[in-house]
Amino acid sequence: MDFDLTEEQKTILELVDEVSEKEIAPLSDEIAQKGEFPRKNIEKLASLDLFGVTIPPEYGGLGMDYLTWALIAERISRACATTGLIFGANLLCTFPLLNFGNEWQKSKFLPPLARGRSLGAFALTEPEAGSDAGNVQTTARREKGGYILNGNKIFITNGEVADIYIVIANLDKKRGARGLAAFIVGKGAEGFSFGQHFKKMGLEALPNVELIFEDCWVPEENLLGGEKKGFRIAMQTFAAGRKGVGVGALGIAEAAFEKARDYSKERIQFGRSISTFQAIQHILADMATKIEAARYLLYKAAWLLDRGKPFEKYASMGKLYASEAAMWVSTKAVQVLGGYGYMKDYPVERYMREAKLFEIIEGTSEIQRGIIANLILREKE
Amino acid sequence: MHIIVCIKQVPDTEELPRVRVNPEDNTIVREGIKSIINPFDENAIEEAIRIKEKNSAVVTVISMGPPQAKDALRKALAMGADKAILISDPVFAGSDTLATSFTLSEAIRKIGNFDLILLGKQAIDGDTAQVGPGLAEWLGIPQVTYVRRLEIKDKLIKVERVLEDCFEIVEIKLPAVVTVTKEINEPRYPSLKGLLRARKAEIPVWGNDYLGLPLDKVGLDGSPTRVTKVFVPEPPPRGKIIEGDLNQKVEKLIEEIKKRNLLKWLR
Amino acid sequence: MAKIRVIEEKCTGCGRCVSVCSFSQIKIENDKAQIMQGCTFCGACVDVCPFDAIEIEKEERKVDLSGYRGVWIFAEQRDGEIMPVTYELIGAGRYLADDLSEELSVVILGDKLENKLQILQRYPVDKVYLVDHPLLGNYRTNFYTKVLFDLVKKYQPEILLIGATSLGRDLAPRVASRLKTGLTADCTSLKVDKEKRNLIQIRPAFGGNIMASIITPYHRPQMATVRPKVMRKISPRGRSNCEVIKVDPDLSGEDNLVNIIGKVREETGVQDLQEAEIIVSGGRGLGKPENFSLIRKLAELLGGAVGASRAVVDAGWIPSYHQVGQTGKTVQPKLYIACGISGAIQHQVGMRNSEVIVAINKDPDAPIFNIATYGIVEDLHKFLPVLIEKLENLSSRKNKG
Repeated sequence: MDFDLTEEQKTILELVDEVSEKEIAPLSDEIAQKGEFPRKNIEKLASLDLFGVTIPPEYGGLGMDYLTWALIAERISRACATTGLIFGANLLCTFPLLNFGNEWQKSKFLPPLARGRSLGAFALTEPEAGSDAGNVQTTARREKGGYILNGNKIFITNGEVADIYIVIANLDKKRGARGLAAFIVGKGAEGFSFGQHFKKMGLEALPNVELIFEDCWVPEENLLGGEKKGFRIAMQTFAAGRKGVGVGALGIAEAAFEKARDYSKERIQFGRSISTFQAIQHILADMATKIEAARYLLYKAAWLLDRGKPFEKYASMGKLYASEAAMWVSTKAVQVLGGYGYMKDYPVERYMREAKLFEIIEGTSEIQRGIIANLILREKE
Repeated sequence: MHIIVCIKQVPDTEELPRVRVNPEDNTIVREGIKSIINPFDENAIEEAIRIKEKNSAVVTVISMGPPQAKDALRKALAMGADKAILISDPVFAGSDTLATSFTLSEAIRKIGNFDLILLGKQAIDGDTAQVGPGLAEWLGIPQVTYVRRLEIKDKLIKVERVLEDCFEIVEIKLPAVVTVTKEINEPRYPSLKGLLRARKAEIPVWGNDYLGLPLDKVGLDGSPTRVTKVFVPEPPPRGKIIEGDLNQKVEKLIEEIKKRNLLKWLR
Repeated sequence: MAKIRVIEEKCTGCGRCVSVCSFSQIKIENDKAQIMQGCTFCGACVDVCPFDAIEIEKEERKVDLSGYRGVWIFAEQRDGEIMPVTYELIGAGRYLADDLSEELSVVILGDKLENKLQILQRYPVDKVYLVDHPLLGNYRTNFYTKVLFDLVKKYQPEILLIGATSLGRDLAPRVASRLKTGLTADCTSLKVDKEKRNLIQIRPAFGGNIMASIITPYHRPQMATVRPKVMRKISPRGRSNCEVIKVDPDLSGEDNLVNIIGKVREETGVQDLQEAEIIVSGGRGLGKPENFSLIRKLAELLGGAVGASRAVVDAGWIPSYHQVGQTGKTVQPKLYIACGISGAIQHQVGMRNSEVIVAINKDPDAPIFNIATYGIVEDLHKFLPVLIEKLENLSSRKNKG
């Protein structure tokens, strides 16, 4: 098996690295402090055509593979986890459109997403529906050539900044999860408004917003996939999105590791650099090993997805492992930096606060373990 | 409108503090320095592309250099240039600015019609700023140097030149050679589409078989100036750090200024 | 055609040539040195090879340059004032002319130059070529190039020196190309090889990381530009016996290709950095453009000019004519105060010949401290206000006293 990057991937990543290093990373402290949406970063990524990486050329994208997308998302996240997540969350909108949308829907909604002109969001989570995704309470009922949506969604990433929302609502409460349907709703639709802007432990600049639907009418052309497809769309989208979240966590782990490694080389105590102490060396070794393991689980998931093979197991494993690694690595990074690690002058405490979310979103670690167990138990010998 | 941009691939001299002198034999020791497009030439490429976006023009980028200069040309294509040509031949090696501007001018003649030639004000390895005016002379057209703002009005361009303490406004009839400063624009990053397109692009290499230039006018033989020696300059002697708390440091500094008679009114 | 080759039998693949090549054009393959196409024939590898395994075959040319005599200085005038770099060039030129036992001449182009002549005649100059014409009042590439070209063709000097000002750097390469002769820019040192009558031109390259020694062996005149404040200026010595040659230039009509519309001043009272005796410079450490007010205040108090590093010029905090450094100006003031400037070599190149360098930077590892006469490791936002206040007190005391 060939673990090398292609020449094309190397050229692309050179550019992404340059932009990440020179433009995105320098702003990451500031946007976290101010909690301001990183508009400049998003515009820069859009100008480089990065939002269209996996979208086919006929819809304005580059038609490239998910592995390349994952590599790009990883590098961006390493520079700024918030920007990386905003970028990654976009996939939750483009993926279902690509895989379940009809021609009309794809031609209408994909081009602005590909150009980064519009951002996308996926709205499922509700106060009563977190891990229990089937328990969505937002209702949809057929009316006047469309559907009326009522309910609210919370914690939606890219909420309010996105123009295009994939909203999961229930058409038939009696059927539970089987009654779910996915709708494409645009910002500004009548009856669609925004509520709370959630204040978080970390990733302060990441928009996480409450969506409110009050008799919001959606034309029937905007039903995605078919009336009974909602749950399936959600599950498959999450599976694919797991990659994005996973590489986001991986990026944080890498950033935290680099800081710990560089610091340990410079910090002198007891007359020598602390990188010469075995205790620190073992920590660094574990960090590096976890990062490599996470990396290849995630890359493999993307590789499988690109070939149309079953990828869900690796996606869950990758997301589970990367998010737990990121939490472990960033916490240990604070430890390696000691007193300085706790201070806001250094970014490692921020990485630690940022990493925590990745163990929760897109399917908590507990859910991931359930998914993996299910899959491996079903596997034939 | 046809714009030709002349670019040069140079070592990244920002990285050159990595240059060290081997104390045993005074040789220069360098650690892998990467090659980049001369930064001022990036401004020239950017300006050409902006003009192309506003006035519909065709942008051709050319470079005289060794085969690896193709990377620089590819980056220019990725930024949005339409065509790229590498002018390269072992006989061009050792060219000084006269031979370089001659060779470039002949290549440009071969390209044919053009309206505007853009270059960066100087290359950060040679620092001579001579190729632009030399090129204008060989082509027999007007030149404007140190341009920080450029406006096209039909067959004329209006520019702002940077002088010692002010800016000069000049109007020139095209065709002309313009050298630009950093202030003129912020060069864009290539887009992914651009990068991928550039990777596949054909970049013709024009050697002397194609250009047919007389051997006594190119390369080392066509260069009136010769480098006879290259050495590392003596570092100036280190001074001293003034110690103390804030107020003490200020006092001490003022004392030194007084002692050395640096201020007329403070003795 | 000049050739460089590695004598394979002698080459041991030791690699010393690789490390000495400033242009990265040598690599070791199969234990032998290979020289690549970008070679400039500078000969550094030849010098360093302990086995004499590299040789450059240069063809010897026979050229008769005996008809070229004399050292010429181009005197730059701007708005009717002779630029001080002229006197620095006269100083350098005088040494060269004496070494060659030749005459030193000054060429001046302009409009209504009569009283300028009197000024020039006070310097140790043997001849003055005076080209007085209304069309030469303001610098125009086309006219100045033509006049200088015609003069050089007629009188055949062997050396022509021009100041590396914005005018000089626009004019010199055009003239050199027209004359098809060699031009070396930004020379920091000029000497004569008396035997071969070659001008040895030393200049920085690679952002100032190395120095190159250059000659123009087979062409005349040997042209060189010199940045202001690099050479010592010479003082006038009373009236000298100098011959004046009034030249009537052959200039016809207006140059209808280039039209100078006017000048724009974005700031008032800008001191020419290159002439300033005291410079206060600001860099990235200032934090934001508004903090340049500290620099301006200090400069004003000291009666100095305002300088800037490349970083802040690139960021648009201050116009580029304030920039000191390899791609900016070279300065040589008595006192250079660098505030919040890290001092990368590209900046150092522009100011390291200042008499006294004071560096204020909160980073004790900033390279500027390697060349500073006085280093102050302090946050400039704290240091400068105190310095300014103390100086203001001293200055007002002086005024009252």
